[in-house]
Amino acid sequence: MSFMNMFNRRTSAPVARERLQILLQHERGIVSGKPDLVALLREEILAVVGRHVDVERERVQVRMNRGADLSTLEIEVEIPAPAMARA
Amino acid sequence: MAKVLVVTSGKGGVGKTTSTAALGGALAQGGEKVVVIDFDVGLRNLDLVMGAERRVVFDLINVVQGDAKINQALIRDKRLENLSLLPASQTRDKDALTEDGVARVLNDLKERFDWIICDSPAGIERGATLAMRHADVAVVVTNPEVSSVRDSDRIIGLLDSKTEKAEKGERVEKHLLLTRYDPMRAERGEMLKVDDVLEILSIPLLGIIPESEEVLRASNVGSPVTLNNPASAPGRAYFDAVRRLKGEAVEMTVPSDKKGLLGKLFGRRAA
Repeated sequence: MSFMNMFNRRTSAPVARERLQILLQHERGIVSGKPDLVALLREEILAVVGRHVDVERERVQVRMNRGADLSTLEIEVEIPAPAMARA
Repeated sequence: MAKVLVVTSGKGGVGKTTSTAALGGALAQGGEKVVVIDFDVGLRNLDLVMGAERRVVFDLINVVQGDAKINQALIRDKRLENLSLLPASQTRDKDALTEDGVARVLNDLKERFDWIICDSPAGIERGATLAMRHADVAVVVTNPEVSSVRDSDRIIGLLDSKTEKAEKGERVEKHLLLTRYDPMRAERGEMLKVDDVLEILSIPLLGIIPESEEVLRASNVGSPVTLNNPASAPGRAYFDAVRRLKGEAVEMTVPSDKKGLLGKLFGRRAA
């Protein structure tokens, strides 16, 4: 491994963290007896927002973070710039 | 009245039995009356890790089924008189464990001990669910590794739904014990960090046990690491964990066996 490669190599722990967070969002829904809540929310949000604005499927992120006392639902919808939307 | 503590993880090989022996040892070394129970029917190992494998006559299933009295099955540790072991059966089927039978044994033991530590088998089958069933406190043993964290998450879900406490609308007190942790690798981004695991699992941290040769050394000779080498890094980490378990506020550190330069030059210790 060259000297530069050592610095360019992406560390693997952040990948592990990201993969776990995404996987567990889904599995927690299954364990609590509900169908995939996050996927369901994502579809419905996409439908509602899509009625008014053009959004791409990949631009909608729904994340559920479980906490000891409360959980948070994080919804991120990327809306294209107005100029693009009008075009 | 004893506290019932389950040591659980979902995944195998993460250090449940090692941690059961070490926590039980450390509590007993502090003067508490402790019994450790092996729930891994058919694959018992707590006896071996505790160095009592040649003293097993009766086991948990014999007691559950009424074939032996609890006093006949309990094995008193040779080094610590206030530490006892109730071994699992090596030959019987795990279905021989019944919920009522286990509850009866635990109630009996509650009169005589301060702590009852249940060493859960891996998985989420009968042995594992019975080990956690009557727990007041759960220690979730997790390695900083994706499959272990995923399985711990599943186990936390079960602790919140399938235990006696959960069914009564109460909560099992849950603690995370992070084992086989390597702070250098975590710092280099090669291993999940303590904070990553805590953020994902969101249960309070009981302790961080560093990866160490001392753990294997202790199990080789059949002794809890807290007894075999109390001053070792994992030994100190388990003692700290036990103090936190008893409600003391202890600063969270990752104990290390590594010595500074002067220590390396002058402080060589025979293994």
